[in-house]
Amino acid sequence: MNPDITIDTHLDHGPEQGKGFIGFVKRWLYTTNHKDIGTLYLLLALLNFFVAGGMALLIRLELFQPGHRFLDPNTYNQMTTMHGLIMLFGVIMPAFTGMANWQIPMMIGAPDMALPRLNNWSFWILPFAFLLLMSTMFHAGGGPNFGWTMYAPLSTKFAPPSTDFMIFSVHMMGISSIMGSINIIATILNMRAPGMTMMKLPMFVWTWLVTAFLLIAIMPVLAGAVTMMLADRHFGTSFFEAAGGGDPILFQHLFWFFGHPEVYVLVLPAFGVISEVIPTFSRKKLFGYNFMVYATLCIAILSFIVWAHHMFTTGIPLGAELFFMYATMLISVPTGIKVFNWVSTMFRGAMTFETPMLFAVAFVFMFTFGGFTGLMLSLVPADYQYQDTYFVVGHFHYVLVPGVVFSLMAGTYYWLPKWTGHMYNEALGKIHFWLSAISVNVLFFPMHFLGLAGMPRRIPDYALQFTNFNVIVSIGAFIFGFSQLLFAWNVIRTIRAGQKVDGKVWEGSHGLEWTLSSPPPYHSFTVPPTIHSIQ
Amino acid sequence: MLKIGLIKKAFLVFFCSMFINLAFAQADNWQLNMFKGVTPVSRDIYHLHMIAMLVCAIIGIVVFGIMIYSLIYHRKSKGHKAAHFHDNTRLEIVWTIIPFLILLGLAFPATRTLIKADNTERAEVTIKVVGSQWKWEYFYLDEGIHFYSNLSTPFKAIENKVQKGENYLLEVDNEIVLPTHKKIRFLVTANDVIHSWWVPELGIKRDAIPGFMHESWARIEKEGVYRGQCTELCGIGHGYMPIVVRAVSEEDFKVWVKAQREKQEQWNNLQTDLSKQRQMTRHELMSLGKKRYREVCAFCHREDGTGLPPMYPALKGSSVAVGYPISRHSLMILNGSPGSAMQSYQYMFSNEEIAAIVTYERNAWENNTNDLVQPIDIAKLRVTNIHQPKLVKKSKLGGLK
Repeated sequence: MNPDITIDTHLDHGPEQGKGFIGFVKRWLYTTNHKDIGTLYLLLALLNFFVAGGMALLIRLELFQPGHRFLDPNTYNQMTTMHGLIMLFGVIMPAFTGMANWQIPMMIGAPDMALPRLNNWSFWILPFAFLLLMSTMFHAGGGPNFGWTMYAPLSTKFAPPSTDFMIFSVHMMGISSIMGSINIIATILNMRAPGMTMMKLPMFVWTWLVTAFLLIAIMPVLAGAVTMMLADRHFGTSFFEAAGGGDPILFQHLFWFFGHPEVYVLVLPAFGVISEVIPTFSRKKLFGYNFMVYATLCIAILSFIVWAHHMFTTGIPLGAELFFMYATMLISVPTGIKVFNWVSTMFRGAMTFETPMLFAVAFVFMFTFGGFTGLMLSLVPADYQYQDTYFVVGHFHYVLVPGVVFSLMAGTYYWLPKWTGHMYNEALGKIHFWLSAISVNVLFFPMHFLGLAGMPRRIPDYALQFTNFNVIVSIGAFIFGFSQLLFAWNVIRTIRAGQKVDGKVWEGSHGLEWTLSSPPPYHSFTVPPTIHSIQ
Repeated sequence: MLKIGLIKKAFLVFFCSMFINLAFAQADNWQLNMFKGVTPVSRDIYHLHMIAMLVCAIIGIVVFGIMIYSLIYHRKSKGHKAAHFHDNTRLEIVWTIIPFLILLGLAFPATRTLIKADNTERAEVTIKVVGSQWKWEYFYLDEGIHFYSNLSTPFKAIENKVQKGENYLLEVDNEIVLPTHKKIRFLVTANDVIHSWWVPELGIKRDAIPGFMHESWARIEKEGVYRGQCTELCGIGHGYMPIVVRAVSEEDFKVWVKAQREKQEQWNNLQTDLSKQRQMTRHELMSLGKKRYREVCAFCHREDGTGLPPMYPALKGSSVAVGYPISRHSLMILNGSPGSAMQSYQYMFSNEEIAAIVTYERNAWENNTNDLVQPIDIAKLRVTNIHQPKLVKKSKLGGLK
């Protein structure tokens, strides 16, 4: 048989799986192709984004005015818990995994991921994990209502029975993340095209490599912590109960040993996306590539020794407070290097402002702002006043929404023409950007004021002096929430139709993925490309 | 150059004035900045916060300034051609070292304040603060005072049926009264889940952790009323357990302690003296019962008595609320049910209140048992069923001789 023909039949689609609905289901259920799986991840993330976003809007609806309005306190607590869990595990993580699936093989010159079947399994665990998680809201006693941080003993002795389902669902998400990470590491380390040395890897690939190692290190810790919760709930152990010789703070140590690196799991790929987008639209190479890589590694290592800064008010000893304060402050050094390098990349470039670039520029501004409040939070005495108030809510939402979510938007607009072969609607993209960028500040900026003035987080009702800013915040939330429909509409329209684009798409595009056609062939690089000069 | 300097200055002035001027106002509806507070620690924290904010503002102005400059001038549409530089090790080292030095500058005041905040030695007044779902309990260890502090905002205000008062959700039935100019040590712990005791103007936030006790301290320098809230999610009533501190002069504090002791003694006597129990009418019992049920019990057992099973059992038609003997029902409130979220209310509710709640629960939501429970019934239960824990002298036990 002529090998050319074999390649040809797989050029733009997978093996035929039958006709009609069954064929459609089998095509997506059995697929081992990195692009198909990437698409599935991204669509799941988009769906969850609106589910968890809807929950956020319910929270904001309740907080629009003081007094008991729409949600009773228990439902309110369920909303805050589910909003957090789904946004982290169901939106940001799958979205970046989807981007990794699409991009990494194309960026390193590989035909597919290293472990395609594992890839399929990693994805298909997730929809069931989320069905399980969301089903808890319909259980007797209600869903998990103790916040996404699930502090014991509120989540053990005092939690509803549906908590067990949440625990199992967290296990499933953990398995999915670990397998996905193994796959990404195996792909990056083994499947690079000849000449693609480690220090030539695109930043997005580098950040994902580091992220994958972080995930492998932390997910088992989370799995262990929730299993101990399960044991405390049902098997008579007392890991987290002082009466039986345990310690509620042990849970927080375990949780944040997972939780803090998890923050960088969310944000490192975002750094990667921004480091791809900014050079393209500045028509200039990324400034200080080597230092960007070192900074990423530095952040990842430091992220393991700062976890207790989430627990400064729990009464950990003075020595520990000092250590964790200094370590946390140190993180702003490598993060600063990143910001300075992005600014230097833009400096004396020839910039144009297509939608991806707009989101990337907004990212640099607002992520840096989130970084500033992060630095303030690291100062232990000041943290005594900030901890568990809306100041913290404002801080991490700045990092996660105009930070990470904006980078997801930037990445989607940036690579969507490559993935679909169609140009998105630029005018609609710009409207989406400006609506989002303005409303996101109306939404999150006043939260800092609320926190400083004394409003604790996770309360369903508040004192009258907090009314003004809460009204503003809620208005911002609704504008921001509904603006995202424009994004969904734009994406769907682009998938279905749109102006055809060539392989290069952007004038300043650089890197291997842009040497392929748009949309790229089914097995990205069947022949390893030769690397002349990347970056 | 001059122009940029001027803009910078104007921005700084604006930035600082925006925060400083508004910091002193009381219950300001547009409060933007942290409370300066009334203790040495809270003031230090405030200054640390201002320094950190200023440092961030300056870094922000420089970084964003350069960025905005290039966003304006280095555009392709302006005909700007991209430069080719992409590396400068010296620059990288410079912007590693400068932030590091800035951080050192921040670390010094932070460390100093932290060591100060951590030093609870030589306290003159010691107060144990105990959080439980969903109220605070205070023990004045040297004065022998103990009381509960519950939210006193009427339920109807929360339900938007009456006008909300000025201190909506920030008012309690028993305020914690403290002397000014004395070093007060707080020992913070909890009975059930983790709570957090926060009074912004005292600069104290301490998590209340069941089974562990952690310290904090304050020296209040100004008389006044300072309000705070629980800041660790502790269940359904998390938003409804405020803290109100009233700081008074030392003389007033002594007067208060004396009065409070007498009040407490009286209360204790009233609860256990069978001859002093009042006969209540059905109407009195039902209306008081309904009020207290809504304020305390309804978080878990719901207003309509259906509860949140299986966590919080329904009272409507439950064996406890309609079954006999009635003492089982009353004892559940007096002693709680160990191992569940039902806690003991013997020191929080008076006989009248327990009698009223029991009566209400036995007659509301079609429970219709038509039972009336009188304070005297509860007093009898108290006398016969409650045993104070005995002090065990280990030296007198056989094995330790």
